[in-house]
Amino acid sequence: MSILEVNHIEKHFGATQVLNDISFSLEKGQALSIIGSSGSGKTTLLRCLNFLEKPNGGTIAVNGNIIFDAADPATQQEKEIRAKRLHFGLVFQNFNLFPQYTALQNVTLARELLAKERGGESKKEIEEEGKMLLAQMGLSDRATHYPHQLSGGQQQRVAIARALAMHPDILCFDEPTSALDPELTGEVLRVIRKLAEQKTTMIIVTHEMAFARDVADQIIFMDGGVIVEQGDPHQVIEHPREERTRQFLARYSEN
Amino acid sequence: MELILEQMPVVIHSLNIGFLQTLKLFFVTLIGAIPLGLIISFGSMSRFSPLRWLTRLVVWVVRGTPLMIQLLIIYYFPGLVLKNNWWGSGETGRFIASSVAFIFNYACYFSEIYRGGIQGVPKGQQEAGMVLGMTKSQIFFKVTLLQMIKRIVPPMSNEIITLVKDTSLARIIALQEIIWAGQAFLKGSQGISGAIWPLFFTAVYYLIFNGILTVLLGRLEQKLDYFK
Repeated sequence: MSILEVNHIEKHFGATQVLNDISFSLEKGQALSIIGSSGSGKTTLLRCLNFLEKPNGGTIAVNGNIIFDAADPATQQEKEIRAKRLHFGLVFQNFNLFPQYTALQNVTLARELLAKERGGESKKEIEEEGKMLLAQMGLSDRATHYPHQLSGGQQQRVAIARALAMHPDILCFDEPTSALDPELTGEVLRVIRKLAEQKTTMIIVTHEMAFARDVADQIIFMDGGVIVEQGDPHQVIEHPREERTRQFLARYSEN
Repeated sequence: MELILEQMPVVIHSLNIGFLQTLKLFFVTLIGAIPLGLIISFGSMSRFSPLRWLTRLVVWVVRGTPLMIQLLIIYYFPGLVLKNNWWGSGETGRFIASSVAFIFNYACYFSEIYRGGIQGVPKGQQEAGMVLGMTKSQIFFKVTLLQMIKRIVPPMSNEIITLVKDTSLARIIALQEIIWAGQAFLKGSQGISGAIWPLFFTAVYYLIFNGILTVLLGRLEQKLDYFK
């Protein structure tokens, strides 16, 4: 059974159709890259998965359980959305770290709040895990730094640790390197690559074509709110079947 | 000069009593208006549009008319129009009426500052909290609130310093604050009459108190400087 199954997702903002009949599935331990030009609906798709936007049609199932069905209001209750969100982690383009907390506090805050509510790990255990995650990101010496004292690449790695701290089933990246200076993208991509090697289930929206090809088990090319092409990364990037994919990739290699 | 020195002890004593009333009105206004302003700001941002428009209408009226008129209306309206002066005729009644007028007036100003502060916190902060499974109230108290406070401290400092001086408006309904106390020596009080210097001297009280507030609020601003 696939860990994630997305079926016929539709989303429109007013009269503008942003997502049109989006269907795909993802296996546990696999990475999916989504490529496409700005405005193709990639970000909106991630936002739908994380319940930041509500699709107008379609279903989302995690581990075989339907967690969202546009036709069934029972799956959309405000109270349950919170728990459902925890299936997914999201790393934002602009990091969105909490400026008033240190790197470590950013990583542990949500987990501590959840543990306080439901019972569970002690503050100390959560902190230990937070430190371990920061170490994994190569940021052991930055645990007590505030976001504004960190470079963009470091901030994004803290954001990745923060998302991992919630143990999501599927970790989503929304153009994780687009807001970074070119010399800082490498350190973030390396970390994501390592997560892929460790078989973290991921969906990565990115403009880094070579990275998308190397890290993913599956690639989706979106244009105008539809999935134009979907398949093996090497095939899609190196031998695209569709004319639109070819044009997009050609435009990309020009830049 | 000699005469002033002679009058000094009596005048200072009287001004101190007046200033105590000024301080009381100042603190009561803050204690009432700071939370009430938050409620009003939530109203003005409500997704329920009738509430939102009603709140914004009230804020517009309160900010668009002089506080002095509001004081007069709140103090005299019950007695003159409803024929039931529920404030009573004593100093206590005048103080309560002043407090009501000041709290309401300042809460409206504060609400607009809060609104700016809340809306000034990037939406991504809230979304980051949501994605991490935090509840709305956790996001407000643990994420947004401090960032909002940081943003509103400078404009709030301005309002708070204005409030110190605005308390003198309560003189219009004869609240015995410091201006009233100083003015009394003009008409004649405790054997002193025709003396205008006590009235001028009240400015020293305002100046010193605002000096202290400026330092304290400046420190608060500095304290919140640890994050950007």
